[in-house]
Amino acid sequence: MTDKIPVTVLTGYLGAGKTTLLNRILTEQHGKRYAVIVNEFGEIGIDNELVVGADEEVFEMNNGCICCTVRGDLIRILDGLMKRKGKFDAIIVETTGLADPAPVAQTFFMDQDVSDTARLDAVVTVADAKWLSDRLKDAPEAKNQIAFADVIILNKTDLVTPEELDAVEARIRSINPYARLHRTQNCAIPISEVLDRKAFDLDRIIELEPDFLEEGHHHHHDEDMQSISVRVDGEVDPEKFMPWISNLTQVEGPNILRCKGIVAFPNEPKRFVFQGVHMILDGDVQGDWKPGEKRDSKVVFIGRDLNEKAITEGFLACAV
Amino acid sequence: MTAGTASSSLTESIAPLNAGAHVTAIGWMKSTVAFGLADGGVLLAKDGETHRVEAHPDAGVLIGLSDGERFLTGGDDGRVAVTGADGSIKTLAETKGAWIDSLAVSGSGAFAYGAGKRVIARDDKGREKVLEVPTTARGLAFAPKGYRLAIAHYNGVTLWFPNVEAKPEGLEWKGSHLDVTWSSDARFVVTSMQENALHGWRLVPDKGHMRMTGYPSKTRSLSWSHDGKWLATSGAEAAIVWPFESKEGPMGKAPRECGVRPAKVSRVAFHPNAYVLAVGYEDGCILLIRLGDASELLVRPAVKESGITAMAWDKAGRHLAFGCEDGQAGILTLP
Repeated sequence: MTDKIPVTVLTGYLGAGKTTLLNRILTEQHGKRYAVIVNEFGEIGIDNELVVGADEEVFEMNNGCICCTVRGDLIRILDGLMKRKGKFDAIIVETTGLADPAPVAQTFFMDQDVSDTARLDAVVTVADAKWLSDRLKDAPEAKNQIAFADVIILNKTDLVTPEELDAVEARIRSINPYARLHRTQNCAIPISEVLDRKAFDLDRIIELEPDFLEEGHHHHHDEDMQSISVRVDGEVDPEKFMPWISNLTQVEGPNILRCKGIVAFPNEPKRFVFQGVHMILDGDVQGDWKPGEKRDSKVVFIGRDLNEKAITEGFLACAV
Repeated sequence: MTAGTASSSLTESIAPLNAGAHVTAIGWMKSTVAFGLADGGVLLAKDGETHRVEAHPDAGVLIGLSDGERFLTGGDDGRVAVTGADGSIKTLAETKGAWIDSLAVSGSGAFAYGAGKRVIARDDKGREKVLEVPTTARGLAFAPKGYRLAIAHYNGVTLWFPNVEAKPEGLEWKGSHLDVTWSSDARFVVTSMQENALHGWRLVPDKGHMRMTGYPSKTRSLSWSHDGKWLATSGAEAAIVWPFESKEGPMGKAPRECGVRPAKVSRVAFHPNAYVLAVGYEDGCILLIRLGDASELLVRPAVKESGITAMAWDKAGRHLAFGCEDGQAGILTLP
């Protein structure tokens, strides 16, 4: 189905500027209508026709998997909104500052009714340039939000020195080198950089290079959250790769926040592309390898306490 | 069943209606039928005439139920409204901001609604009681006798006597419970769940659990046969009808599968006094199925983008009203 409603998830620690960004999106002249789902404890002051209060009820799925959580309230609200199709073009979900983005994202993959009618577009995280470094030390939620993001708005850059700004960006990059990062004041950013990113669409995963807008690869690892990238210089054997990735995400699922990959299988003219959230994997063959393009294979994981050696060796062992 | 005979179709017996918006609920008030609409309107139809009223202006009807005399609706404007057969509208209750998508009515004129975690019950004398449940209240259902309410929520069901001081009773089962229903003898409480399953509790004699699984999708429509012996459910590519005639309930017994078609059943509605089940599908088709011999009558052929979203029989069982996601609707008159 092509007319699924895109949903943007807006996260960020308390006071980072989520509401500022939301109001920017809503007031800009773009001709689009948004349904906005806000947490009921959030700041009021959003001027929009369709604003819905949510309760952030995180439910475990009754399938024995502790990381298979969904937002029960979101399923209920989306069910109600979908009866009013035609009233809005897209949905924005604002989470509380303390929210883990995973249950929101997983809702779009685990609930059939939701995935039939809506698609997760991207997780956008607003970070406060002045306070983020402190929050990353004392608030695991803040770290999750950075690790999970497809787009990071590093806001309030006017409140820090250039050196401090570089330091906080390096800190973000040590957790998540793959998100698009934008430095802003007052969340001033073209909304095309925030909305309609199609970050979870397999056919949009065309390359997996770290997104370093600034020069200088400060590659220090965060204490417990890290990203791991492994490349096989060539093709991998699907008979080995599929069981490996499936087992890895089953066993390490609670620790893997996000994963993505583009791999080459022998005699397969298309790339195999996958992406995942915790234990949920979504993958398919997608787009031809171009003539003359190097058929190599790359996987990327962002997570907590990942065994880099085991993952690296595991993937390398899938090589043909 | 022999195919191809004119008698196997009731399509000629339908009076079509254009409701104008996604039909979210239907209720009969004697010979008047009310269609609750996602654009906030209620369309009243009687003797071929229709009349639209704005029950939830600039909002939407999320749920609607009839108590026989009036049509109660909950909206995303946070209101519970009541529409009369004469088109009059009154606001029964108003909350700040909460969506009212759970509602129950009792035959005696009481009603209850959920607003977030709060459940508000108002009896026929207007006395209002409030109960807070652990998570957002989903399905609500009054017991067939007595002023007692079942409230579905995460990890179970709460049974509450609003006018009794006693602590409400909890029925626990892990997971998110959506809709709830009582059997007509009040021995069973059954919920639909997030995990494509039903869960039931045998209230007498033993508080036993009943798990009814195997659905490919969520069940959002449940309907008891007139004598309470069968429970029809949506969520599969056939109506799944569970036997409840024995005191153990359906445990260890296979359900009937009625109206197997390559489309998901979205609504079910048992005839009010015969073993005849109306089955509505996501592809817009409606069948009437006789439970005894599984014979089928076509009421409405599949119509693209016009999945069945609501169905209700009138009290006598002479008419079946239906509504669809694209705003089409109709009334079947049995010959």
